[in-house]
Amino acid sequence: MLADKPLLSQELESGRGTRSRGSLRGLSDRTIAWLFILPTILLLLAINIFPLVWALRLSFTNFKSNMPSVPARFIGIDNYVDILTDEDIWYAMQVTARFVFWSVSLEVLLGFGLALLINRRFRGHSFWTTLILLPMMLSPAVVGNFWTFLLQPQTGLFNEVVSLVTGMSPASFQMIGDVPLAPWTIVMVDTWMWTPYVMLICLAGLRSIPDYIYEAAEVDRATPWRQFWSITLPMTMPFLMLAVLFRGIENFKMFDMVNLLTSGGPGSVTETVSITLKRAAFEKWQTGYSSALAIILFVTVFGAANIYIKALNRIKQR
Amino acid sequence: MRQPGNAHSVVAASARGKTFAAMIVIVYALVTSLPIAWIFMTSFKTQEDAIAYPPVVLFHPSLEGYVNLFTIRSRQTPEFIASLPPATTWYERDVRKRNMVIAGASKVLPRFVNSLVIGFGSTFLAVFLGTLAAYAFSRFKVPLADDLLFFILSTRMMPPIAVAIPIYLMYRALGLSDSYVGMIVLYTAVNVSLAVWLLKGFMDEIPREYEEAALVDGYTRLHAFVKVVLPQAITGIAATAIFCLIFAWNEYAFALLLTSGDAQTMPPFIPFIIGEGGQDWPAVAAATTLFVLPILFFTVVLRKHLLRGITFGAVRK
Repeated sequence: MLADKPLLSQELESGRGTRSRGSLRGLSDRTIAWLFILPTILLLLAINIFPLVWALRLSFTNFKSNMPSVPARFIGIDNYVDILTDEDIWYAMQVTARFVFWSVSLEVLLGFGLALLINRRFRGHSFWTTLILLPMMLSPAVVGNFWTFLLQPQTGLFNEVVSLVTGMSPASFQMIGDVPLAPWTIVMVDTWMWTPYVMLICLAGLRSIPDYIYEAAEVDRATPWRQFWSITLPMTMPFLMLAVLFRGIENFKMFDMVNLLTSGGPGSVTETVSITLKRAAFEKWQTGYSSALAIILFVTVFGAANIYIKALNRIKQR
Repeated sequence: MRQPGNAHSVVAASARGKTFAAMIVIVYALVTSLPIAWIFMTSFKTQEDAIAYPPVVLFHPSLEGYVNLFTIRSRQTPEFIASLPPATTWYERDVRKRNMVIAGASKVLPRFVNSLVIGFGSTFLAVFLGTLAAYAFSRFKVPLADDLLFFILSTRMMPPIAVAIPIYLMYRALGLSDSYVGMIVLYTAVNVSLAVWLLKGFMDEIPREYEEAALVDGYTRLHAFVKVVLPQAITGIAATAIFCLIFAWNEYAFALLLTSGDAQTMPPFIPFIIGEGGQDWPAVAAATTLFVLPILFFTVVLRKHLLRGITFGAVRK
């Protein structure tokens, strides 16, 4: 990745003319800069890059970490071929893609909608906004765990509320154990948890639009509908994209909440790629195989992260 | 910001529009906080009330869940319990009413302590390293600064399970499995990227003139950093620390795969609080309540900086 660039050999240009003075007294600015940055870089190299290289090496072997005494054999790209031709992996990819698509779509619709409403600044909006924000600060694992309680068949609060609203019997359906409904369960809980995230970012986008643009539109007699499509939406778009990208990356990696809510079941209808990976690595102990899958996920996420960070920088420039 | 009663503003929503918006937002807020309120209520229910059908809204509050959370109990015959010396504490009496005796303390306290030690340890290190790096990126012309910053942030995007596979092997080889040191180092590495990005944003906002004045007055760079910049950045540092703490506090995947006992934190522990026949829901709810309360408190404290925290400092409002 980036670690192979000659970071240290580069010459440091003088920082704003203070270098000469600094170097006379104590440490030079250049020394300080490297002293301050190096520990972080070294830590990341040790905890992120070194293991990554290790995983890359293992991905070409048939190593099993529950049998460390059996020497690993180099098997070339067999693991990669196996993964890309494995129907279960493609199924998990589809499960993940559907989960990402629906959860992020719902979060954007609800989050953007709420942001538009909150942006009207009614009395007490800041109290209610804080209340809405709470779910996203919780531990996803704890959320997954307590939603299994809310979604208990029959006795759970969720079934009771649904029956109050629709009149269905609370015993007539269950969410977690049901093949058609389970994928919607994880979408629902994720939407509950992360709508506030999208909302908060959209709200910042809406507030970044200067009032005079709307005033000018009003002078030109643009309808509110027209104002929304040609001012509000385009000007909030970079913020929206940022939220979508980040939620997309996070949900693509989804493990904690789903692991505790459905642990991939029933069958494997909610088994996201991370859960497949965890099973291969820590239940079947196929370390070589799972390292290859991990590398594939790395590359995917890294590509997405690249776009994400470009988007971040674009927003920053505004 | 806007003048109340400014009827001519074309931007401010009408009174009717505001009422409509308020109604929908309030309904959403109430519905969305219902699950959290329900867990909070469940922590004060008895086992019977917690799984009653239909769910009970009005109930006699009980501390059974909290007592169960902190103790291990064993079921005994009424005769045996009658033969014991009288209970000395309220919770012993409470447990004996249910035909049980307290057999010892549960593991929840050590797990809570683990969460605190690992959370604060990694936060301190991440903020310390992050402050130094952020200052350097903010004030000096570092070669390849953008690439380095990108590299730092990209490490946080990695899927935790994928990172855990080689870390698991590495820690096993180094003897760091299930240890404070291992978990603190790991969480520091994950958090330092957030710390660098957030703190760089905060430091960029501190005018350079302060330091430059100090340098002219004969301060060294290091001196100016400690005496001038750090005090100015203290709010940012505090906000960053809270974000790091919340991450470490909430983290589940690494904790699940790399700890089993000595260094296990609360998130992988809570789902395994079991009673007779399955999860002891009042106790789980009690653990969840105690675990979540500090987060709710910090959310309110952080409200102003929340947006920065969740966007790595890019959106500042």
